Amino acid sequence: MAKITYREAVRAGLREALQSDPRVFLMGEDVGKYGGTYACSKGFLEEFGPERIRDTPLSESTFVGAGIGAALGGMRPIVEVMTVNFSLLALDQIVNNAATIRHMSGGQFSIPLVVRMATGAGRQVAAQHSHSLEGWYAHIPGITVLAPATVTDARRMLLAALQEPDPVFIFEHAYLYPLEGELDESALSVDLTQAAVRRTGTDISLITFGGSLWKALGAADQLAQEGISAEVVDLRILRPLDISTVLTSVRKTHRAVVIDEGWRTGSFAAEVSAQIMEGVFYDLDGPVARVCSVEVPIPYPKHLEDAALPQPEKIIQAVHSLMGR
Amino acid sequence: MTHVVDRDHGLELLRQMLRIRRFEEKCAELYSGGKIRGFLHLYIGEEAVAVGAMPCFEPDDAIVGTYREHGHALVRGTPMGPLMAELYGKANGCARGRGGSMHFFDAARHFYGGLAIVGGGLPVAVGLALADHMQQRRRVTACFFGDGAVAEGEFHESLNLAALWRLPVLFLCENNLYAMGTALGRHQSQPDIARKADAYAIPAEAVNGMDVLAVEAATRKAVDFVRAGQGPYLLEYRTYRFRAHSMYDAELYRTKGEVAQWKQRDPIPLFQQELRAQGYLTDADLDNMETAITAEIAEAVSYAEMGPWEPLEDLTKDVYTGVRRQA
Repeated sequence: MAKITYREAVRAGLREALQSDPRVFLMGEDVGKYGGTYACSKGFLEEFGPERIRDTPLSESTFVGAGIGAALGGMRPIVEVMTVNFSLLALDQIVNNAATIRHMSGGQFSIPLVVRMATGAGRQVAAQHSHSLEGWYAHIPGITVLAPATVTDARRMLLAALQEPDPVFIFEHAYLYPLEGELDESALSVDLTQAAVRRTGTDISLITFGGSLWKALGAADQLAQEGISAEVVDLRILRPLDISTVLTSVRKTHRAVVIDEGWRTGSFAAEVSAQIMEGVFYDLDGPVARVCSVEVPIPYPKHLEDAALPQPEKIIQAVHSLMGR
Repeated sequence: MTHVVDRDHGLELLRQMLRIRRFEEKCAELYSGGKIRGFLHLYIGEEAVAVGAMPCFEPDDAIVGTYREHGHALVRGTPMGPLMAELYGKANGCARGRGGSMHFFDAARHFYGGLAIVGGGLPVAVGLALADHMQQRRRVTACFFGDGAVAEGEFHESLNLAALWRLPVLFLCENNLYAMGTALGRHQSQPDIARKADAYAIPAEAVNGMDVLAVEAATRKAVDFVRAGQGPYLLEYRTYRFRAHSMYDAELYRTKGEVAQWKQRDPIPLFQQELRAQGYLTDADLDNMETAITAEIAEAVSYAEMGPWEPLEDLTKDVYTGVRRQA
């Protein structure tokens, strides 16, 4: 195990992808000369040249659509969208083309496209740079939605995504980039089918993904001191969702809290909660609880931003309430 | 009218225009009979564009079309049977019946749709051209779109990106003067579409889209430019749709007089006259042509009628490719 930052992990994954397959190229806003908004591709322009590291104009719809076309034309594009907020400008291409063309063409065309983007709040960048919309994307059949939360997943998921014949969207929580974690060097590849149990427990299941994983693990630490044994499930893949790992956990603990940085109404947590109810209703000792973002545009001042987001204290509160403490 | 150089080629152009016209007349009839449902956008009046443009492309070139793409697919060479079956929604359709009128696909002929969000095909065409450029293929991509698409941001973004990266793509605007029911002058501050290419340093030309030979000559010149690696090119084909936008359109936005005036410029009789004037077309030639087309259509209808419905158990097939791989 070696300690590296999430940023270094993403960067190493990108570098390996570019080195291992000449069809792979990276395009997006400021991925070249600037080195990537989050410095994930710093130095790549010099290393791989301007044909494979392509700075694009601020034309999200067109460079995502061009990724679709390039994938149709035999390349393996990695498109970086600066943040999920900007990806809204490319939703037409994503929803109407990337997700539909395979089915709508009767299986004639595949689109092996990977789109990466930063998501999430916690850095005081206010309401137009802080949202978590990966739950929206998970609504769409025809695409795969990944949320790497650990450095190992950040390091390995990209390569796995590039093996997929259909479009894959990778959501990197912007708060995680500078954080260090233990890279599991024995895991040379990761699978894109299963959720992961990050901490085992017996009393309650905390089910989450992305940036909220660390809050759930923090909450689990504190709960342990009170004698509550929390299991933490990292969903990792929002579509297709591995619900069986979730159900196995809830069957064991009989209680579940779903933590999701998206807004509560229509959240991905709502979907997970519904599937728990459908799958293991009679194993539950109480209703499934949710800890989501407060339904406001994420505000700038730190105290308001903190109050708007899921936090370990809110998770602990939800656990207490569920366990009658 | 431009002069016909080669008799066989001239007759083939006429035959292709007639195939589209008669095919779509049959489509309208089948729509009324309930065999075809959903949206049906007919190309009638605009045939000279697809027929003049398509012979300029090599079999390996990529074609990106819109929801008014029946003519393009027919001239590109997709057999009429699978096209008709697609309109029926049958599993022997060119997209297994999944898409219908607006979503023809044909991988073997590099026909990438049939994309029905206005402007949505342009970025995809730019990407196809990018793939060709990066793999050093001499292929070009033909991207058809209507005048309505010119109002979309994707038009401007795509022209800019294609020019910036000197990509081998042809932007082929079929200007039929109406974005559904909104006249060009009512949605564009600068209605001269070809001039918009200037802003992106892309060479452009407006051409009479009712003259099949003019279309062909302009397109060939544009294809040569693009294939030579000189970057994108924009052509504006000035044309007109004789029928309603789709089968649901009451045509409140234009006068019967205007339509009648444009019908004077119907590309099919005009081209017939030209061929006759040069002694290349006789009544017997035309009769033979019509008879063969009628037979082809009858066969296509029968192919569609006989075609199977996709089994319900295949409903979600191809949402993803086969078995999901593990890395």
